[in-house]
Amino acid sequence: MNVTRGFDGRPRVQNTGLPPGQYDAGDDWPVLSAEVTPDLSPADWTFRVDGLVEQPRTWDWDEAHTLPASAYEGDIHCVTSWSKFGVRFAGVSLDAFLAVVRPHGSATHAVAYSHTGYTTNLPLADLTGGRAWIAWEYDGKPLPTEHGGPARLLVPHLYFWKSAKWVAGLTLLDHDEPGFWEQNGYHARGNPWEEQRYSGD
Amino acid sequence: MTETFAPVTRFAVPGRIAVSSRAAAEWQTATLTEVRRETPYAATFRFAVPAWQGHLPGQHLMLRLTAEDGYTAQRHYSIASPPEDSGHIELTLDHVEGGEVSGWFHSVARPGDEVEVRGPLSGFFAWPGDRPALLIGAGSGVVPLMSMVRHHRARGLSVPLRLLVSARSPEELIYAREFGAETTPVFTRSAPQGVPVGRMAAAHVAPLLAAQPEGGWEAYVCGSNAFAEHASRLLVQAGQPVDRIRIERFG
Ligand SMILES: Cc1cc2nc3c(=O)[nH]c(=O)nc-3n(C[C@H](O)[C@H](O)[C@H](O)COP(=O)(O)OP(=O)(O)OC[C@H]3O[C@@H](n4cnc5c(N)ncnc54)[C@H](O)[C@@H]3O)c2cc1C
Repeated sequence: MNVTRGFDGRPRVQNTGLPPGQYDAGDDWPVLSAEVTPDLSPADWTFRVDGLVEQPRTWDWDEAHTLPASAYEGDIHCVTSWSKFGVRFAGVSLDAFLAVVRPHGSATHAVAYSHTGYTTNLPLADLTGGRAWIAWEYDGKPLPTEHGGPARLLVPHLYFWKSAKWVAGLTLLDHDEPGFWEQNGYHARGNPWEEQRYSGD
Repeated sequence: MTETFAPVTRFAVPGRIAVSSRAAAEWQTATLTEVRRETPYAATFRFAVPAWQGHLPGQHLMLRLTAEDGYTAQRHYSIASPPEDSGHIELTLDHVEGGEVSGWFHSVARPGDEVEVRGPLSGFFAWPGDRPALLIGAGSGVVPLMSMVRHHRARGLSVPLRLLVSARSPEELIYAREFGAETTPVFTRSAPQGVPVGRMAAAHVAPLLAAQPEGGWEAYVCGSNAFAEHASRLLVQAGQPVDRIRIERFG
């Protein structure tokens, strides 16, 4: 351990919800996207699931809203070290979309892509079983554009770069294919509890 | 698959360089060798990092401080120094009110102190010195852009490079003494006699886009999220292609 002379840090909080190396950002919600925030209205938004599925399909805003509503209330963790507690998102569970397209048994991974061209890769197992959503509401209001509105992917158990803003679709694959940050040195899976920030972690 | 997806707005992928995962995975000791005041709120911290593998202008690193009981605080910082400065790196930190890490640097740190760094990180905002670069920053957002300006000078590069930098006042303009003809400062609160005061506007960006170098500009925007939103919108409105805009937001 390399102790920094004279560094005490903030008063310690016993917070079992805080993954290693993270701090509580409180009310702040930093924005870290690397691209120009798109001008995307709900009427222009679509979400497609294709690749290794029985029935590829594209939903528009209204069609997606006919699926059963589902909410997430809990924590989110950004690779830049902030975490945010007790956030509330609402939208539709990804399971509901996947039930319609029916993934092939051979599908093991997915690439999520955005209306901006941003991409991120995930194991399919991280997107199923009630652990991932398409979210369009934050704290009871429409999701703000700079946070990915009209709709973003939400995979709160992984670092937040996996939760693609302005989500446009998922392509199911039988192998892992690195996305934008993953090609820029970030970890393939990004589990905050194992501190998988960069490839090699 | 019957349709292929074409994004509405495109994005400047891929990154400019491949990133070393070995460098990113290893914590290294960085020894503070010098502190230079830049403005009343910002100072530059120079470190010796003997095994530093080198970086490209625009890249950042992760820095970690450790307390006696093992508690750690880690933050990202852009690298201010150019790659030519081998074995050393410089960071420029704003003193954030109540800030855990920047507070330690501005109130406690002195030469000889050791911290830990890992990096360089991310190839997306890197500038290898190849394409004409249009740099737009505000406040400490000028830090990674200064690494590009310094690299351009150190190598005597002829590729066009322009810097548009916003600060509250001349006293708060980081690196003020180092800027040359490539730089246009914009002051938002107070300015020297005869220089207008105001937010960065279309009128600042338009002349740069009107005088496009061959192949067009690669634009690099850095600063707070609010500034990045504002500046990137100005660029898009002035006709800069969305897929030639790279943004580094400090959060
Ligand atoms: C890619 C990247 C590059 C960056 N490059 C630079 C750079 O070159 N130069 C630079 O100066 N900055 C840079 N930053 C910002 C930097 O990472 C830090 O966010 C900044 O230095 C503030 O950190 P801090 O520990 O001093 O403040 P923090 O302790 O993180 O506090 C930030 C603010 O939140 C408040 N706060 C947060 N948590 C608490 C809490 N638990 N209790 C009370 N108050 C709290 C603080 O009072 C303060 O106002 C960069 C960020 C990124 C993402």
